[in-house]
Amino acid sequence: MRVRAIAALLSFPLVAQVTSERIRNSAREPGNWLTYSGNYRGYRYSPLDQINTQNVARLKPVWMYQINDLNQFETTPLVVDGVVYISEPPSNATALDARTGRPLWAYRRTMPPDVRVCCGQVNRGLAISGDTLFLGTIDAHLVALDARTGHVRWDIVVADYRTGYSITVAPLVVKERVIVGISGGEYGIRGFLDAYDAGTGTRNWRFWTVPGPGEPGHETWAGESWKTGSAPTWVTGSYDPELNLLYWGTGNPGPNYNGEPREGDNLYANSLLAINPDSGGLKWHFQFTPHDVHDWDANHVPVLVDAMVRGKLRKVVAVANRNSFYYLLDRATGEFLLGKSYAQQTWAKGLDDRGRPILLPGKSPSLAGTMVYPGLHGGTNWFSPSYSPQTDLFYVAAREEATSFYLGLPEYHAGSFFTAGGFRGITGLEPSGAVRALELESGQKIWEFPLHSPPWTGLLSTAGGLVFGGTNEGHFFALDAKSGRPLWRFPTGGPLQANPISFLCDGRQLVATTAGHALLVFGE
Amino acid sequence: MRKLAILAWLGFRCAAQNQPAPDAGEKLFLAHCAVCHGPKGDGGKGTNLAQPRLPRAPDDEALARIISFGIPGTEMPLTRMTPQQLASVIAHVRSLGRMPGETLIGDAQRGAALYRDKANCAQCHAIHGRGGTLGPELTGIGARRSPSYLRDSLTDPDAAIPDSFSSYKKITLIPDNFLQVRVVTEDGRQLTGARVNEDTFSIQIRDAAGRIQSFFKEELREVHKDWGKSPMPSYRDVFSRTELEDVVAYLVSLRGDQ
Repeated sequence: MRVRAIAALLSFPLVAQVTSERIRNSAREPGNWLTYSGNYRGYRYSPLDQINTQNVARLKPVWMYQINDLNQFETTPLVVDGVVYISEPPSNATALDARTGRPLWAYRRTMPPDVRVCCGQVNRGLAISGDTLFLGTIDAHLVALDARTGHVRWDIVVADYRTGYSITVAPLVVKERVIVGISGGEYGIRGFLDAYDAGTGTRNWRFWTVPGPGEPGHETWAGESWKTGSAPTWVTGSYDPELNLLYWGTGNPGPNYNGEPREGDNLYANSLLAINPDSGGLKWHFQFTPHDVHDWDANHVPVLVDAMVRGKLRKVVAVANRNSFYYLLDRATGEFLLGKSYAQQTWAKGLDDRGRPILLPGKSPSLAGTMVYPGLHGGTNWFSPSYSPQTDLFYVAAREEATSFYLGLPEYHAGSFFTAGGFRGITGLEPSGAVRALELESGQKIWEFPLHSPPWTGLLSTAGGLVFGGTNEGHFFALDAKSGRPLWRFPTGGPLQANPISFLCDGRQLVATTAGHALLVFGE
Repeated sequence: MRKLAILAWLGFRCAAQNQPAPDAGEKLFLAHCAVCHGPKGDGGKGTNLAQPRLPRAPDDEALARIISFGIPGTEMPLTRMTPQQLASVIAHVRSLGRMPGETLIGDAQRGAALYRDKANCAQCHAIHGRGGTLGPELTGIGARRSPSYLRDSLTDPDAAIPDSFSSYKKITLIPDNFLQVRVVTEDGRQLTGARVNEDTFSIQIRDAAGRIQSFFKEELREVHKDWGKSPMPSYRDVFSRTELEDVVAYLVSLRGDQ
């Protein structure tokens, strides 16, 4: 009772004061959700266990919040001391009372009519530092909002949206810096990752993901192709405070499907970058798909685990890549440790001992169409994997979908679509999906739970022995984290295309996800 | 979305004034459209484009919008093209509609009687909302399908059934693909019908009597899907050659107008 009373007091909207140190120690306050992936390591794991394998069958809706926009609702909410902070499409933010779902304030931004987006005017969430929230916008601004009221503290231009730049990613706060990536891989942008001072919005550094003349990696681009090389940074990265390294994935090179004008490996497209967050300097890089022609962005949440690999304790980073391979790298050095396919693939014979794919012939896009597994949308996509320290399993929402890739002409016009090709579904092959549990150290599949169609939503594992996930057809569900056995489901009526989280309200564990155009919160 | 459509259209209009090369449109059509619409555009899996008036695309703006955004809920996907490419494909599609079409030798009135009596097509198909639900609605079938496609469908129903899948299946929707499924319940009951919808946990089937049967998958011992099979019987040995042409003529006359 006493705990409840204190929790009730805490749930009263206080002034949030979130430091990088609090995020670093997020496991000490499992009632909050302070950063996109729940912790800096990219786990999307909740240490809460009130909802567990024994009682999850009794989970029911507690409240819903509906938005007034028809773009996909992809947000990961932040929860700080009784307040739920969400972004809404296209580039809005709202604070909700965690107990009732009632809005406390709303920031609404008017979009210019000529913004450029490949895949909807979406946003994946906010970041917080002190009592300031950070929102990236479709017109490529970064906005700092007063977490108490939603009022703008600063609003800066990150890039010119008219040339195809936009921001959909949830920023990441590291120390006093706001790290933000960029979208626009279908518009021939030149990609980058930026860091801004959380207090003033002054830019601390910019790391160009396509190196310019004289920079290492520039030689991997033929002629002037680097200028439209893309390599966007549209999914939130992870951070290792001990190594003081930021891990961030990059997307496809431009143009997407026609590699002819950009002969070479096209660094740092389709790569994982290890970057010093103070200087913006590159420590190492690993390219999953050199000279990609299938749009297999490496925009994933990297998962940072200390694990025994071949008898030796190592600091590793695990990535289930859109190209259908699961990778384990040494995160101090970038050394390739392991690669194993976790979803069907027909493009590579395997990976060599440095992790470079051994290509099969005849898999490039063509005029008549070339069928390849995985298809354009990959063995997985931007939505988050989850790692549970309790089971030591890596969970991935996997997609089994081939597509036919077509070759087109690489004509660049600033601000226009620049993919030089296209794609089609395959006649007679109904796509499907699965939630797969992989042994972290080996990538070996331990179990799978089949899904009717290839998923567009990420996973949350919890100390209650559960994995939460969702389907395009609208189910939010819970699986036994050890066996994959389905334990609970709720038909929401709208497709799930975000990432679930868990938090405490009044001392009671809740689980939240978006579905369709609503945020749904469940409790026992 | 609407704004994008207008932008695409503006781009298209600018390009259209530059007179695209005629063969460029044909090349693009063969690469992107012919798989479903046939090399001459007279239909296949996709609708018949070799006609002067396209029901969904009465003008070039509407056609540009369909190519750029697809038709939701159908097998027609979107295709990303530059404004110039779009203009040349549209010019080619319009040229297909100026080709002389097949001359029909059947009698539509006699075909209507055969449809109603001898073949009892209305048991499974509906026209203007009257008839069965097991097969596709035929109200506008003559505006969508070429005579040769309709002839083949009558004699070999398995030859072209809808079975492709959107590669961007984010929405809660299954195309009307009339997939035949057979399920066996835990207690051994068997049921066959057309799939109406399906998700990870359940499946809905329309049985031969038109009833919706809904099952949670945990209640089912087996789920069989007959990919590539049509529930429609072949009318090759039912109709004489003349009768077949009469039915084709009747179906071609169904153009969606009351």
